[in-house]
Amino acid sequence: MANTAKQRSTLPGFGLAMGFTLLYLSLVVLIPLAGLFLKTTELHWEQFWSVVTAPRVLASYWLSFGTSLIAAVTNTVFGLLVAWVLVRYSFPGKRIIDGLVDLPFALPTAVAGISLTILYSQNGWLGRYLEAIGIKAAYTPLGITIALTFISLPFVVRTVQPVLQELNVQVEEAAATLGANGWQRFVRIMLPQLLPAVLTGFALAFARAIGEYGSVVFISGNMPMRTEITPLLIMTKLEQYDYAGATAIAVVMLVVSFVLLLLINWLQWRSGRRHVLG
Amino acid sequence: MSIQTGAQKKFYAFTRGIQLLAAGSLVLGLAACGKSGSEVTNSAAQTNGKTGSNGTVEILNVSYDPTRELYQELNTAFAKHWKEKTGQTVSIKQSHGGSGKQSRAIIDGLEADVATLALAYDIDELENKKLIPAEWQKRLPDNSSPYTSTIVFLVRKGNPKGIKDWDDLVKPGISVITPNPKTSGGARWNYLAAWGYALKKYGGDEGKAREFVSNLYKNVPVLDSGARGSTTTFVERGLGDVLIAWENEAFLSLKEFGKDKFEIIAPSVSILAEPPVTVVDKVVDKRGTRQVAQAYLEFLYTEQGQEIAAKNYYRPRLTSVASRYAEQFPKLNLFTIDEVFGGWQKAQKTHFSDGGVFDQIYKK
Repeated sequence: MANTAKQRSTLPGFGLAMGFTLLYLSLVVLIPLAGLFLKTTELHWEQFWSVVTAPRVLASYWLSFGTSLIAAVTNTVFGLLVAWVLVRYSFPGKRIIDGLVDLPFALPTAVAGISLTILYSQNGWLGRYLEAIGIKAAYTPLGITIALTFISLPFVVRTVQPVLQELNVQVEEAAATLGANGWQRFVRIMLPQLLPAVLTGFALAFARAIGEYGSVVFISGNMPMRTEITPLLIMTKLEQYDYAGATAIAVVMLVVSFVLLLLINWLQWRSGRRHVLG
Repeated sequence: MSIQTGAQKKFYAFTRGIQLLAAGSLVLGLAACGKSGSEVTNSAAQTNGKTGSNGTVEILNVSYDPTRELYQELNTAFAKHWKEKTGQTVSIKQSHGGSGKQSRAIIDGLEADVATLALAYDIDELENKKLIPAEWQKRLPDNSSPYTSTIVFLVRKGNPKGIKDWDDLVKPGISVITPNPKTSGGARWNYLAAWGYALKKYGGDEGKAREFVSNLYKNVPVLDSGARGSTTTFVERGLGDVLIAWENEAFLSLKEFGKDKFEIIAPSVSILAEPPVTVVDKVVDKRGTRQVAQAYLEFLYTEQGQEIAAKNYYRPRLTSVASRYAEQFPKLNLFTIDEVFGGWQKAQKTHFSDGGVFDQIYKK
């Protein structure tokens, strides 16, 4: 990314494409976003502050961001593994497994939530065995993490997969002939190239998980101070027709998410640059 | 380094775009989460257009979740009645979702000719937004509630924990399933029913009532976001010893899952749940549908309308119909929200608003 060439593009139509992009982003992203911020201006600063720092709301930030982080990290590790298997090996049924990865995208989140709750509640197929060894999954933060892991899985796999496919196997082979073992080849040759994509996948999974509502409300149990996710608190505000309060919390989530995304972007840029220079 | 191929560069540019979009979809997701989930279904005769000159008219009834079957039946009956009376074909569309969500949809511009919601608080908000006049609840008989219901208990067959009344729900070791009153209108009726019982039991002592209700909620392992969710938790997930439920929902569970699995227990005292209905003045005046919308709601009070309500396990107001269905509904002592809590606005403010009694119960 470092060699930013400012030469004139050989492709025509930049003006039109850029105009369309701006219009499209405005309609789809910027205007709703601006509306959100505008709505919170109905509150005075002190009101805003007391809404977004109420103990229940604070507890929900910890829960939402914490479980999303764990889910995203889990998917970063295992998503990479899944992508690896799908790209590097061929085996019967590979296409089916490849298709399975996208299912969480397609499934209505409520269906996912209900299915996971059935599986993991204390009488469920999996839950009863977990219960037997003293682990409660449904209606605890663990259950929330499971749901978030499920819905954010495709992001890592689908961002890493194409990069993995593009990797030049000859370089690895060259390294092997120079005596690098498997681990060295992975850490020193592949990982630096994969890292930007992995970080992107992580960021997408994380962002997706933070805003997730539909699948989580069923498995979380919604107990105040313990298993209330932030989007649920937004819903409870709406239920009281407190639009401004609801958007205040939404704005906080948005700002925090945006800062985190920027940070990840910066890390990604750095890792990309180091890789090019180094 | 030459390893970074052109394809990869394109890929990075692409993912950066995706990240922007992901941030955007987060916003949209948040904005939309309030609106998803409701659905509009079409019933009665399918017609095109609004108030057609050829004698057809279409109205929309925006209602809450458990009334789907009730209004399907009512709509067919009313369409027939209206055709006979005026020669006009009426097509009634229905929309169902959480009561509060439905009210917000109307406020946000869903053109509901009539609103038939779970509690007056949700219709009061239409008044606050100037969609209906202040005295809306006095425009139709019986507080604008053509049918009523109450809060009862659903237990597993044989009642293994011997649950008979509210007192049994606060005993240690009893697991109670009820939805979250912060997100579910139905759950607010449950909560107020328990509170009203405790007030009666302790001779109006608010402190004791509060203790009773917090003990009850200590026995609640899961607060589902809506009434249907709680029913699923209890009936299909097998969680809990008792489900606090609307009477009509409890009957539906019996009908659907079998009387060999569950039974209904009527507590000694409960609340009279009055789901209200109203014409949405701003909409009917704009669309010119006031006459038919008004007639539609009045039809709910007729012998035929009451009969359909009773068949769908709502308690009819009309004594002639009520006496015919007397055996279906257990007799219990019912109080109204106005008597005990001074109306919905007050109850909501004291108990369910942020920082209210329900929040205090869960304060650490």
